[in-house]
Amino acid sequence: MPSAATATAPALSVRNLTTTFSTPAGRVAAVDSVSFDVMPGEVLGLVGESGSGKSVTLRSIMRLVHAPGEVTGSAHWQGRDLLTLNERDLRKVRGGEIAMIFQEPMTALNPVLPVGLQIEENLHAHTTLDRAGRDRRARELMDLVGIPEAGRRLHDYPHQFSGGMRQRAMIAISLASNPRLLLADEPTTALDVTIQDQILKLILELKRELGMSVVFVTHDLGVVAATCDRLAVMYAGRIVETGPVSTVFAEPRHAYTRGLLGSVPQSGAERTMLLSIEGTPPSLAAIPPGCAFNPRCSFATDICRTERPALLEIAPTHLVACHHHDRVAAAGSPVAEVAAP
Amino acid sequence: MNTDVLISAEAVTKEFRLPHSFGRRLAGQPPLAVHALNGVSFELHRGETLGIVGESGCGKSTLARCLVRLLDCDDGKVMFEGKDIATLAGADRRAFNRRVQMIFQDPYSSLNPRMTVRQVLAEALSVHRMRPRVEIPHRIAELLDLVRLPADAADRYPHEFSGGQRQRIGIARALAVEPEVLVADELVSALDVSVQAQVVNLLLQLQEQLQLTVVFVAHDLRLVRHISHRVAVMYLGRIVEIGPTEQLFSAPRHPYTRALLDAAPELNPGHRSTRVAARGELPSPIHLPKGCAFNTRCPFAFDRCFVERPELTDRGSLHEAACHLTEFGIPSAVPLAEDAPAP
Repeated sequence: MPSAATATAPALSVRNLTTTFSTPAGRVAAVDSVSFDVMPGEVLGLVGESGSGKSVTLRSIMRLVHAPGEVTGSAHWQGRDLLTLNERDLRKVRGGEIAMIFQEPMTALNPVLPVGLQIEENLHAHTTLDRAGRDRRARELMDLVGIPEAGRRLHDYPHQFSGGMRQRAMIAISLASNPRLLLADEPTTALDVTIQDQILKLILELKRELGMSVVFVTHDLGVVAATCDRLAVMYAGRIVETGPVSTVFAEPRHAYTRGLLGSVPQSGAERTMLLSIEGTPPSLAAIPPGCAFNPRCSFATDICRTERPALLEIAPTHLVACHHHDRVAAAGSPVAEVAAP
Repeated sequence: MNTDVLISAEAVTKEFRLPHSFGRRLAGQPPLAVHALNGVSFELHRGETLGIVGESGCGKSTLARCLVRLLDCDDGKVMFEGKDIATLAGADRRAFNRRVQMIFQDPYSSLNPRMTVRQVLAEALSVHRMRPRVEIPHRIAELLDLVRLPADAADRYPHEFSGGQRQRIGIARALAVEPEVLVADELVSALDVSVQAQVVNLLLQLQEQLQLTVVFVAHDLRLVRHISHRVAVMYLGRIVEIGPTEQLFSAPRHPYTRALLDAAPELNPGHRSTRVAARGELPSPIHLPKGCAFNTRCPFAFDRCFVERPELTDRGSLHEAACHLTEFGIPSAVPLAEDAPAP
């Protein structure tokens, strides 16, 4: 829970992050003026559907967006702006203080290098250990993430690992540098539910042990409920609602958040209609004027079609960008079990 | 509950041979094979939705394909209204193909990109001679309305639609021939959450409206629970538990079902546990473990599980499970030592 975090300074502070790409249809903003903080030791969930800009947000912070993509805004990490940092310092931070794990471990790992060597590479780049020390540490890390027979498997190649084991190997690589912040981009989406459970619990356990902060990108609100302290919901490149997980689940104040929560089937309501959201997310090249969600929103009125709502603090730590957040709140939460906190 | 059996699977077995490697050839050994289905039996009742759930590699998609005879089973048989579907030929086979329809997982590869929606639907209608030619345009409009696509969708190509809309086209194509059984293989898993809900709602409505029998194959427990009357849980090519949805989810009688349920993230941030639901991973379907296939991961496994394979046995009120621990999961039973919550 984020209780202790309120008084301290944020570990990562992102302000007005905007990422645009040029396309034949003109410049489109994949991420549009996104601002958020990550507190030390906190797990922040970044939630949204495909195309909402959640992965691009992570990549922009890590400076992994290349031309023709353009990133503006700031991302302050320990007093320095990651977006203006010079290449040399950036290399120290990237993969060092801040590590990232990706959705598809098969494409993120190097297929022609043994896994042990890939862990060692990171140790070589970010620690002062000698060769024997690196070897020992690589074995420890494999153990730490729960890869059996670590000593033997150091010499295995990624294709000899199963999906869950590859994801563990990637986590081992990212932990090699003792990061302070872990950016996880849908790390369990490609995995089976029992393996997902193992990986989520591994990340949480490591977070507790090593005192990292985690930014967790996912489209699964169940995963958010199981792992995150706070969440930020993204739609069409913007954050539409952010707050503590229990508060947002109990009282969603944006119609999109409410619709997302209602779209997840829950126990006790079998074979009933789900509270679905009509239509589909807009194309980034044709974002509707006013509130981007207005064509799909059952609460929309004239103001929603003309004026874009700002992200406002409606309660301490609970921010929402909706003209009618009172009406949405009055409609109640579709999550039955937490409706009455 | 209606117990009129429409389709029954009897000890269905399916394996896929791997290439015969040189080494094995020299040693005079037979080629290795992936054992996708190892004796699956169940009955599908008219008008019900049967959910089939399991992790990747458990054989659920192979089973779906065997049910509609896209694959022929190696051993055992699938009976449709008392007839073995492998023996159907000619007009009977065509009638079976019409009455049992499949909808596929990937809406991007299951529609011909060079055919408009009208051509896709007209083909289905004319192949099975569902309507005289003059009535086809009217029927196409009806079908599009049924799956809530705009009328002007008929003259567009699949690439012009979003994933959710394509899945609706797939449903319309299946419904064009007025089937009695729909086999839906991971119908919504490629879709975004909000769009998933739309398609699930549509399926529920259509089933009521058209009195369809549905086999809903999926890996998402929450979805399967939401849609199904009965659920079958598969593990390594076998059904390990089958029963009415509520019973199976509230009191699972197989340790694997319990592990699946514990692993599925619930929407309640208050329910958090740090205990891992199931250790280890799925064993290789090439070399199946002896005895119970789940014994490598089961916290309750004892000597008998490593030698003798448990069969599906009755657990009361249409509920069956394949586990030597017949008392497992009974709320009143004395909890096993390992069952106590971790400190």
